Amino acid sequence: MSEAINRQVDHSHMQVSDRVAIDIRNMNKWYGTFHVLRDIDLTVYQGERIVIAGPSGSGKSTLIRCINRLEEHQAGHISVDGVELTSDIKNIDKVRSEVGMVFQHFNLFPHLTVLENCTLAPIWVRKTPRREAEATAMHFLEKVKIPDQAHKYPGQLSGGQQQRVAIARSLCMQPKIMLFDEPTSALDPEMIKEVLDTMIQLAEEGMTMICVTHEMGFAQAVANRVIFMDQGQIVEQNTPSEFFNNPKSERTKLFLSQILGH
Amino acid sequence: MTDVSASAHASFRPSMLIYDRRYRSLTFQVIVFILVMAALWWLIGNTISNLNAMGKSFDFGFLFQRAGYDISGTPIPYTGNDSHLRATMVGLLNTLIVSILGCIAATILGVAVGVARLSKNWLFARLMTVYVEIFRNIPLLLWILVIYAVFTEILPAPNAYRGESPAWSMILFDHVALTNRYTAIPTLGMDNDPGSLDLGARVTVNWATIAFVVALVGGWFIRRAINAHAQKVQDRTGIRPATLWKNLAVMILPSLFLIWYFGLHLLAPSLQGFNFTGGLNITNSLVVLWLALTLYTAAFIAEIVRAGILAVSRGQSEAAFALGLRPKRTMNLVILPQALRVIIPPLISQYLNLTKNSSLAIAVGYMDLRGTLGGTTLNQTGRELEAIVLMMLIYLALSLIISAGMNIFNSRVKLKER
Amino acid sequence: MSDTHAQTVPFVRDTMLPAAPPPATQAGAVRWLRENLFSGPVNTVLTIIGLLIIWFLVSHYWDWFAHSVWNANSLNECRQIIIDTWGEGARGACFAVIRERWNQYVFGFYPPELYWRPTMTFGLLIVALVPVLFSASLTIRRAVLVITAIATLTSMIALGSPVIWLAFATLVLAGGFVASERNLGWLLPFSMLYPLMGVWFLWGGSVWGPVFVLVGPVLGWIAWRILAGRMPVIAVLAGVVVTLLFWLFLSGSAAEDAQRLLPMGIEAVRSDRFGGFLLSVTIGVAGIALSLPLGIVLALSRQSDMFLIKSLSVVFIEFIRGVPLITLLFVASLLLNYFLPPGTNFDIILRVIIMVTLFAAAYMAEVIRGGLAALPRGQYEAADALGLDYWKAQRLIILPQALKISIPGIVSTFIGMFKDTTLVTFVGLYDPLKSMSDAVRANIEWKGIYWEPFIFVGAIFFIICFAMSRYSMYLERRLQRDHK
Repeated sequence: MSEAINRQVDHSHMQVSDRVAIDIRNMNKWYGTFHVLRDIDLTVYQGERIVIAGPSGSGKSTLIRCINRLEEHQAGHISVDGVELTSDIKNIDKVRSEVGMVFQHFNLFPHLTVLENCTLAPIWVRKTPRREAEATAMHFLEKVKIPDQAHKYPGQLSGGQQQRVAIARSLCMQPKIMLFDEPTSALDPEMIKEVLDTMIQLAEEGMTMICVTHEMGFAQAVANRVIFMDQGQIVEQNTPSEFFNNPKSERTKLFLSQILGH
Repeated sequence: MTDVSASAHASFRPSMLIYDRRYRSLTFQVIVFILVMAALWWLIGNTISNLNAMGKSFDFGFLFQRAGYDISGTPIPYTGNDSHLRATMVGLLNTLIVSILGCIAATILGVAVGVARLSKNWLFARLMTVYVEIFRNIPLLLWILVIYAVFTEILPAPNAYRGESPAWSMILFDHVALTNRYTAIPTLGMDNDPGSLDLGARVTVNWATIAFVVALVGGWFIRRAINAHAQKVQDRTGIRPATLWKNLAVMILPSLFLIWYFGLHLLAPSLQGFNFTGGLNITNSLVVLWLALTLYTAAFIAEIVRAGILAVSRGQSEAAFALGLRPKRTMNLVILPQALRVIIPPLISQYLNLTKNSSLAIAVGYMDLRGTLGGTTLNQTGRELEAIVLMMLIYLALSLIISAGMNIFNSRVKLKER
Repeated sequence: MSDTHAQTVPFVRDTMLPAAPPPATQAGAVRWLRENLFSGPVNTVLTIIGLLIIWFLVSHYWDWFAHSVWNANSLNECRQIIIDTWGEGARGACFAVIRERWNQYVFGFYPPELYWRPTMTFGLLIVALVPVLFSASLTIRRAVLVITAIATLTSMIALGSPVIWLAFATLVLAGGFVASERNLGWLLPFSMLYPLMGVWFLWGGSVWGPVFVLVGPVLGWIAWRILAGRMPVIAVLAGVVVTLLFWLFLSGSAAEDAQRLLPMGIEAVRSDRFGGFLLSVTIGVAGIALSLPLGIVLALSRQSDMFLIKSLSVVFIEFIRGVPLITLLFVASLLLNYFLPPGTNFDIILRVIIMVTLFAAAYMAEVIRGGLAALPRGQYEAADALGLDYWKAQRLIILPQALKISIPGIVSTFIGMFKDTTLVTFVGLYDPLKSMSDAVRANIEWKGIYWEPFIFVGAIFFIICFAMSRYSMYLERRLQRDHK
């Protein structure tokens, strides 16, 4: 189990409401003839922290990229906060401005300073006045503990710092849901902790989160549900304690034995 | 069962033409299509009414009429009684001749200069840098005019070579004479002329030429076979048989034999009366254009070569040395394959540029495609529209052929990456 | 048996060694020569060849340069001066031709009493370019602006500029300086207006023409403003259509009417009076300014996933890149009359500018496409995920980075285009290199002078092109430093 989590997680604000945040029904996706996502059914309630695990190529990243339409699904329904994702551009814009996303390779804009990275979308998408956007950005940069780097360029920061900026950048849009696509996979071991800490802090404040990650320690400490995917389908989902201690499916057992090791 | 996306069920609304991703691009493309068609319709309509107003038609029949003008220096037989089509062919061949000669010379000079710029010799590297910067930053037209002025203003008339103690003497062991009208170079003579093959349309090829081509191409294929065999032996036994001498032999011996068989020898030009005869007198317009294109393009090629070599990181050769490869093998197996991948595409686009720049022949009166079809033919027939359209299409075809070659190369050497 | 032997006896240094000077062969000039010029047989041979080349050039041409004459009124006078000064048989360059024909090389056949106009136009061009070119360094801006101001104003005075225009130029130059010190943004409106102003200064004529050209976009903006709240896409379209319609059908007659009612303007100069470097720079600057935006549009279309847009742009780019510029210039001079409505006859310089622009834009498009392709996919995805639409993503995220990557290619396209402006000689315009030199040689005084004009024109082209390539290197370095 990962040693990255070494503090007590405060569960007091993590409350799951009955309001549906994301509703996926019968969703299917193909790349050409390759069936990447098969009959996905998933309902995420507000305040849930979901970790999606699975071997590489199992479709986990594709699934969360469908949620903000970076990938287009071909059949079924996805609705986010009551907005159905169709090819209607207005709906797509609405969903994207309410869903934040953090990528494996950060994808910060290298030609803009950290602060400009954070204020870009609020100014141009939300039409926030610059001053206000900057104040918000500084607030979130303080939250991810790098306010002093605000005027540097992404290239001048370490990987961990960059990923925290990426998180702050998403938060500046005040999203209702955060998607994390393997946020720690491209980081050196000593930097994973600082990013996970930020994510835990976010969870403690009650953010709805879906994380694709291999950090099983994070899953145990924070998630209220773990989903295991293989070959484009959801194989098993359960509470973390059940999932880790009492896996039902053979595939899950095999995966856990490989990933948790000896 | 899966069911289709919800939006497909939704009834169609006009606003979806703009706000629905599936229809928006279609809407946009339809608008652009209509605009483009309207523009074309307008242009073609204008052209037709302009042609009618001038009493002209759009027709390429003029190509088959008598040209009635002479061309100096033709690669295939041509007289003023031939058609405009044949004049066009002469022009095209002249364009190809200067382009091909230019590409070859520019490559040799460019590679040499590019490597020299990387030389550890401070003085020589600086000199080459000066050459590259001067030629790259001054218009090609200036170089053409300067070299032309050198040839016409400084070089003497042929009779300066006459007399007991002539004012000028021939260079390259009395084989080449530079004059202000032409450059006399040696030509090849045969004791044992096998005659010519008639290709029709008064184009003939000497059998000896064909024999040499066959010998070289055959030799090249045999060389490939020898190398393939060596590779097989190496794969089986681990030891590569020496191929160098065998390769040299199959490449050179047949040609040597043919030289002996046909009794091939150089015929140096000599001054008879007011002119050089016995050799080949090349019109100075070709020599000037060739020199200028070569010097100008070589400067660009030198930069490409230099950048290509620098692009292969030092780590690559260190890794190869660390594996125990010797420098020559490192060069052949590791450095060159990577450097060539960087060098060849821009090199070929330089060939493309050189071919297009050869149209600056207009400055020295060399009768290339622009000079015949786009020059005299155009002026004599008054068919601007047809002549320029045809000329552009021919240039376009040349370019597309060269870039097709480049694409084939690119797809063969593309780095396999995920 | 002992565990230690002589070599491994513990050792602690008690005094540190000071650095010693290297042996003579390792230091100073000797070492430098050995390493850089004579490190081996090949190297030594190269050094000797290099020295021979330099010796050849110096021994053949030194006396010619050293005996230059700068003050004479004809080639014969020049030769006489050389013989008088350096003795019979001496030869020398006669740069006096440059001095005597300076105005012709610079301004062509522009009316001499109006020479101040191109001078002012060029000075103001630099003011207009400052916010674009030197946004990063106040020191460079100061130097450039002060030099420009001094050079422009003194030349204008020397060329007999009317006081009112002198005052105007002073005002703009001073304004530029203030803006550069305080806030560069103030200069941007001037930079946007400059193209129209520059065209008017050069060609002159009624002031109402450019004014009504300006009215078009204003009306378009009003149309956009009215509709923007409700239908943003339609509003943009309406703005463009209103502007174009105004330009096509109204601005010309409106300008004529206004001129009749209230005649205002400066002396008009016909296009055939343009020549020399004035012509090259006019075509070059216009081509550069127009080809960059067009190239960006073409590159974006070529990357588009809309089939029709992509194919149109591929066909256009490949066609233009596949034919020599000369053939396009012939199209401009011979064929354009076929394609346009009967009786249309528009300016030859404008036609050439259009062709040069199209030509450069096709090359520019390929350069920028390379930059777009070099951007990681993640940048597009991150922009999407933040909810930026296509145009905002392009403008804020993709293009700034792609253009930056493409700077070397863009600048070398500019250099190529500027060099290609000399080809206008083949459609009858007076470029400085061929037509102008031929015109100079056509005079009896300067018959037979070849090398001096070539050297002069070549040197000017070299300075401008070399400066451009150095500027692109400076930009590259600056951008690398900024973002790393």
